Amino acid sequence: MIKSNQRLFVLFFLLLIPFKPIQSAEMAEPIKVDWSFKGLTGTFDRASLQRGFQVYKEVCASCHSMQYLSYRNLGEPGGPEFSKQEVKAIAASFEIEDGPDSQGEMFTRPGKPSDKFKSPYPNVQAAIAANGGAYPPDMSVLVKARKGGANYIYSVLVGYEDPPPGVTLDDGVYYNKYMAGNKIKMPNNLMDGLVEYADGTESTVDQMAMDVTTFLAWAAEPELEERHKTGVKVIIYLVLLTILVYLSMKKIWSRVDSEI
Amino acid sequence: MSEHEYVPKSKAAKWFNDRLPLLTLGAHLTDYPTPKNLNYWWTFGGILTFCLITQIVTGIVLAMHYVAHADLAFASVEHIMRDVNYGWLIRYIHSNGASMFFLAVYIHIFRSLFYGSYKSPREVIWIIGLMIYLLMMAAAFMGYVLPWGQMSFWGATVITNLFSAIPLVGDSITTWLWGAYSVDNPTLNRFFSLHYLIPFLILGLVVLHIWALHVPGNNNPVGIDIKKPSKDTVPFHPYITIKDAFALLVFMIIFAGFVFFTPNVLGHSDNYIPANPLVTPAHIVPEWYLLPFYAILRSVPDKLGGVILMFSAIFILFVLPWLDTSKVRSAVFRPIYRQFFWILVIDVLMLGYVGAMPAEGVYLVLARVGTIYYFLHFIVVMPVVGYLEKTDPIPMSISEPVLSGGAEPSIARKVDDKV
Repeated sequence: MIKSNQRLFVLFFLLLIPFKPIQSAEMAEPIKVDWSFKGLTGTFDRASLQRGFQVYKEVCASCHSMQYLSYRNLGEPGGPEFSKQEVKAIAASFEIEDGPDSQGEMFTRPGKPSDKFKSPYPNVQAAIAANGGAYPPDMSVLVKARKGGANYIYSVLVGYEDPPPGVTLDDGVYYNKYMAGNKIKMPNNLMDGLVEYADGTESTVDQMAMDVTTFLAWAAEPELEERHKTGVKVIIYLVLLTILVYLSMKKIWSRVDSEI
Repeated sequence: MSEHEYVPKSKAAKWFNDRLPLLTLGAHLTDYPTPKNLNYWWTFGGILTFCLITQIVTGIVLAMHYVAHADLAFASVEHIMRDVNYGWLIRYIHSNGASMFFLAVYIHIFRSLFYGSYKSPREVIWIIGLMIYLLMMAAAFMGYVLPWGQMSFWGATVITNLFSAIPLVGDSITTWLWGAYSVDNPTLNRFFSLHYLIPFLILGLVVLHIWALHVPGNNNPVGIDIKKPSKDTVPFHPYITIKDAFALLVFMIIFAGFVFFTPNVLGHSDNYIPANPLVTPAHIVPEWYLLPFYAILRSVPDKLGGVILMFSAIFILFVLPWLDTSKVRSAVFRPIYRQFFWILVIDVLMLGYVGAMPAEGVYLVLARVGTIYYFLHFIVVMPVVGYLEKTDPIPMSISEPVLSGGAEPSIARKVDDKV
């Protein structure tokens, strides 16, 4: 019985191993980045989140919406943690449509921290029409919505290349070795020195890709730091309780002539 | 059922107990004589009860914030994740809880298969258990549709389309299930309603499952009938409660590991893309716990044949007590059946693996071999091995061979095993 029990335990843990994802033949394996938010106690790099927001705002936001985020999120713990004044200023820099007012008219006003991120297009159809038939996906949960997560997003951002000989591309289609089918409708928007970082960091393509991916990872999982912190406490608590219960069990079962 | 009648201590308690014998029931549950040699594979009943309660409690809270509408469902889930206090925790417990529930139920079912717990006089416990399992699959499938992501939508489309394979009335039935001409808002609405209903049906069946268990009492690793109460049994409380609590805590540590550190690893990334009826995902795969049946479904080139075979794979388990011809319950004393048991475990795991792979080439061959073996195991192996097998000698009682030391050493060692 010991033997079969051990075998069953091994099978039990085999079950916990996730299946290897199905890889498309034409897709390069994403670059593995050692993100600060990986691991059991991983946290976001605050400065990188703030720079990443700047890249998003100045580059990505002209096509990609982030409809599930509010400006107030930018000041919340575990995120970029902009100060209250900074969040107010960021929100106020957007003109938000509100209404109807008492006359039944829609009107615009400066944004407030409680407003959702303003979308670049009024609806999905408008976004598709403006982008050559391809919808620039909403980026709120993009990192969770792609196999490979942050590694994949970063890889695509730095994965633009000239097409290999023999590959012809239509107008408005670009070659990217990390994209499924190697074809992408988003042009390579990052070039060295594109944004001027407020903290003086040199804005190389790699730096901007890292920063904006970090920002997107936070946007997809704004609870990540709290989740990690709580998780460590919960596991410690459970382990201690398990030890106490185990000792109690040993003591209780010592009254009967049986092994447990 | 209790051997000795319970007498309430206070007058008020006696007054109440004469009218509704809840205290007698409590005393029965506390004193319930349980075989003392139950190993840790027997702790999954308690773990499953915990899983059910966890799903119900977290589900009720989620339903307070979720909106069952095709245009709003995805956004309401993000609202839960971002704006509801500890919404992310409640949702991750609920979504990973489904996986943990199935992990536990599979262990529970295979434990029953190994130790012959489905055999006389426990057939009704087994059949109620299978009904619970069927309802669990229905609840899990509908729950997976609720976030209205790409896998939700396309998974629902694939599964509901199975019913269109029924001759003559198939298309009408599918339309009736959808409440529309495709998976759409009415489908989401009814799935939410049923997803809320089913757990309470399961809860009722769990009560019957435990009631049916308390009539003959627990099976045990040796698989022999035991006198109760006797030196072979211990009262349920505190002996089994503390052991179940210990096993549950170990289970909860694994559970918490998923919830806090890899909450999305068991899900599919495509389900974070809002449902889009115009874009079909490259690979439509169900959640891991349904993959073996998905592999059986796809192993048949004919749609109706695949559907029949997939449902047969579950319904064949209902007649299992009558397919197994062996007089001996526990596989511990069945050297041949034991080997086949492990082949079945590997077979089901393999089916699960190929269920996640594209249905082509070597995977299709493996799926077919696995499917054929799955049915052979129940239709041929179980009846035939039961007749032909020479079983090992069985001890007279749980304690006897150990205490007297007179029995065959091989049995004594088996019985004495730490669990």
